[in-house]
Amino acid sequence: MAVEKFPVEASHIMMFARSIGDGNPIYYDDEYAKSTEPGGVIAPPTFAQASAQFDPNHGLRPKIDGDGWHGSGGAPSGAKPRGERKAGGGGGGGGGGGGLHAEQRFIYHRHMKPGDILSSTSKPGKTWEKQGRRSGKLVFSESVTEYRDSNGELVVTATSVGVRTERPVDQG
Amino acid sequence: MSLKASELSVGDTHAERLVEDLKRTQIVMYAGASGDYNPVHTDEVFTTEVAGYPSVFAHGMLTMGMTGKMLTNYVGDGRLTEYGVRFTNQVFPGDTLTATATVAAVTDGIVALEVSTVNQDGLEVLKGTAKARVD
Repeated sequence: MAVEKFPVEASHIMMFARSIGDGNPIYYDDEYAKSTEPGGVIAPPTFAQASAQFDPNHGLRPKIDGDGWHGSGGAPSGAKPRGERKAGGGGGGGGGGGGLHAEQRFIYHRHMKPGDILSSTSKPGKTWEKQGRRSGKLVFSESVTEYRDSNGELVVTATSVGVRTERPVDQG
Repeated sequence: MSLKASELSVGDTHAERLVEDLKRTQIVMYAGASGDYNPVHTDEVFTTEVAGYPSVFAHGMLTMGMTGKMLTNYVGDGRLTEYGVRFTNQVFPGDTLTATATVAAVTDGIVALEVSTVNQDGLEVLKGTAKARVD
């Protein structure tokens, strides 16, 4: 995902580490982190994904004053009754068949740390199709995102592969 | 807290229990921290009645994040140079996950690892590779 400005912040790293169940103090304790090889707090290896918070157009976040988020509200779909809808609804992800995350790869040129002001650019990679056993036709598409620091140095290269399925994945 | 090339052999393994009886609350925490609010991860009503799944399910990136904890515990902080995975099965609330890293090669100060995370039924939910600097 392309993000113009991704400020890496200590409290965000702490919350992210908690959410993945990682209690390593290098993710929140300055004093401890000084005694480690990195010499300070760093971000966990998958933290680049949280740059979505700084993407103003991130499709998987309900928009303030936005319309058409399809999580449940009064109705299971979240859709408003006809007539109450504003033009241009929509919203991210989900759906009967829909987009799922198939693969993710990171290359670490260095590890992110609080104080970094990163920016990222994304370009499409390969696309391919496959007939799935449990979800019909699968369409895979790759996206390569480069995160750079304020000096233009490459910090992390992230390759994401999304898959769109024809129908929900059969269970069992 | 780092690995020594001279003490590593191909086939060595390191395994950790990542989570026992995964709670919906942890999935909500991950949604909040990562910014991925896709309702299929947090909204049981939407997911069962509209999306057509038996329950909400974890973000693939939550499984990758938890598996990353096993890797950094093994190779040391700041040592990873590459980490990539495929999400091979969905992870649901109630799942208990165990991740294993297996040494595939040690060359030029870099250890190459194969990574696998399985659920309580032995079903692989994540498969990948990683590389890290070793002393």
